[in-house]
Amino acid sequence: MDAAFRGLCKVAAWATLLLIAFIALRIARAALPAIHQYGAGFMTGTTWNPNQSQFSVLPEIWGTLYSSLLALAIGTAFGVAAAVFMSEGFLSEAIFRVLKQVGLEYHRIWGQLPDRVEGLLRNLIELLAAIPSVVYGLWGLFVVIPLIRPLCNWLHAKAGWFPLFGSDLSGPGMLPAAFVLSIMILPTIAAISRSALVAVPSKMRMAAYGLGATRWETLLGVIIPTALGGIFGGIVLAFGRALGETMALAMLVGNSNKISVSLFSPANTLSALLANNFPEARGNEVAVLMYVALVLLAITLVVNVAGSLILQRTSAKIGEGQ
Amino acid sequence: MSSGDLAHPQEFGRNSRGIRFDPFRGVDFPELEKSLMRPRTLTSLLLSALVTAMCLLALIPLFSVVWMLLWRGGRKLSLASITQLPPAPLETGGGFGNAIVGTLIMVALATLISAPVAILCAVYLSQTEKDNRFAQGVRFAAKVLTGFPSILAGVFAYGAVVMLTGGFSAIAGSIALSILMLPTILLTAEDAIRMVPSKMVEAAIGMGATRTQTVRLVLLPTALPGILTGLMLAIARGAGETAPLLFTALFSNYWPMRGGHFDLMSPTASMAVLIYNFASLPFDNQIEMAWAAALVLVLIVLVTNIIGQSLSRRQIY
Repeated sequence: MDAAFRGLCKVAAWATLLLIAFIALRIARAALPAIHQYGAGFMTGTTWNPNQSQFSVLPEIWGTLYSSLLALAIGTAFGVAAAVFMSEGFLSEAIFRVLKQVGLEYHRIWGQLPDRVEGLLRNLIELLAAIPSVVYGLWGLFVVIPLIRPLCNWLHAKAGWFPLFGSDLSGPGMLPAAFVLSIMILPTIAAISRSALVAVPSKMRMAAYGLGATRWETLLGVIIPTALGGIFGGIVLAFGRALGETMALAMLVGNSNKISVSLFSPANTLSALLANNFPEARGNEVAVLMYVALVLLAITLVVNVAGSLILQRTSAKIGEGQ
Repeated sequence: MSSGDLAHPQEFGRNSRGIRFDPFRGVDFPELEKSLMRPRTLTSLLLSALVTAMCLLALIPLFSVVWMLLWRGGRKLSLASITQLPPAPLETGGGFGNAIVGTLIMVALATLISAPVAILCAVYLSQTEKDNRFAQGVRFAAKVLTGFPSILAGVFAYGAVVMLTGGFSAIAGSIALSILMLPTILLTAEDAIRMVPSKMVEAAIGMGATRTQTVRLVLLPTALPGILTGLMLAIARGAGETAPLLFTALFSNYWPMRGGHFDLMSPTASMAVLIYNFASLPFDNQIEMAWAAALVLVLIVLVTNIIGQSLSRRQIY
């Protein structure tokens, strides 16, 4: 009985370990016919034409990387700012000061307000991650696109010579997709960066303050450099999420098979391509889509493993320092 | 603190021979005071303001989404919309009752598949040394799996189930979802089991319990709130997933029943796929329906999330 239970637990552990390998093998085997037929040229060509059995995914690879990097730029700026805001206690300090003016700062109930509001803020940021991506897609379609469209078209009319504004926004496009994507990865960056910032030993902060540094001299000179490894790991993990995110992109990116640097032109990504073509795929196209999935798997797996390794290293390092 | 408070040399500024001196001679007090006119303080203040503004800006989308859901979805939501079948194009009325049932069935099934494996695996991990190579490998695999693109779980289930059984089905959808739910349950359960005080385990072993008895009678019941938290978080995630269901469970305009019992081997509707399908249709009724379904879906996800989080806070140990 005891041995059987232990055996069962070990089998479950092996199953978890082998799951990724099994998934990869399964997809690779289904993709084999397409790999033989199209080879490496699959990743460098630009046509996707099921009627003539011509398939290649360079525009999708470009769109995946471009949208993810754009989202990462926006998401990192706001995510790290939110993490600093939460870890430095700006909010609780402000509320404490207000309470002090009223004389309630050590009151039994009011005195808890600073911590409570800070916890609420943390939960609100986490809530951004709890909303399903298809709801973000719906929101992007009916709120974001109508909202930014006049501005985008004005930019195109006034500064159309600038490559980023090289086309007008006729509906779905790269910018709304990247914008919504950035909101979806922001909580990941904020949460991981926050825990990296909080993990910096308070001795270092005290030392910097003791030398007369201002709050931001301490942050930029001591705390953020120390937490940089953790923040970077969070950014890499968020990049992995952005690369694999499907629904918001399938709804907002425009599903157009072309390579363009313009922020407003429709594009496509690997995951959106899968989402749009798989339900109706027949025969040969299934193998081709499995090949697409394999490319996506390879890209995301490399990024995810890198991110997890960075986080593991840095948390081990901080653990040793303390 | 102002310079006036400190500058009383006659109070404490005497040396050992009693001769008065000014300990603050040469100190420029106005220079020491915090002043907004100085670049250092000004930079610090401006950066603080910038960070505050960015953090608040980051929350605007959340409020916008919630507002739109309540406004556009709440308008349409009614008893009919959660009990009736989806409308045909240009038809008025209708609902998404079958999608609610479909989502519940598939998430329940996915939980039944992934929870036993995840919890057993968590028991195994928590009972091995922290630096065991194999356990570290499993933990790392689970962490990588948390970032696994959801659509690839769908592709895998398509290759492993849909191609084998020859059709889209609720089973295929559940298997895809279970892959995504596994790591959440596993990692939270392991944490919860590790939190159990070692005194309790030692007491059980001291009374002659076997490893299995200790796990079954002491570890799992004590860690239950934490395990349930992980379970609820995983369910919340599974309910909101769309991509893994698109081409495994597909969609259906009918109830997932045949002959009085649930039919798990045919295409099944789900809330998430309904929202995706209806959002791109050119019919107002369907678009309103998508908003109402989104409101219900977000409510399900948030309530599950909140229940899960409140469970583990109530831990007594």
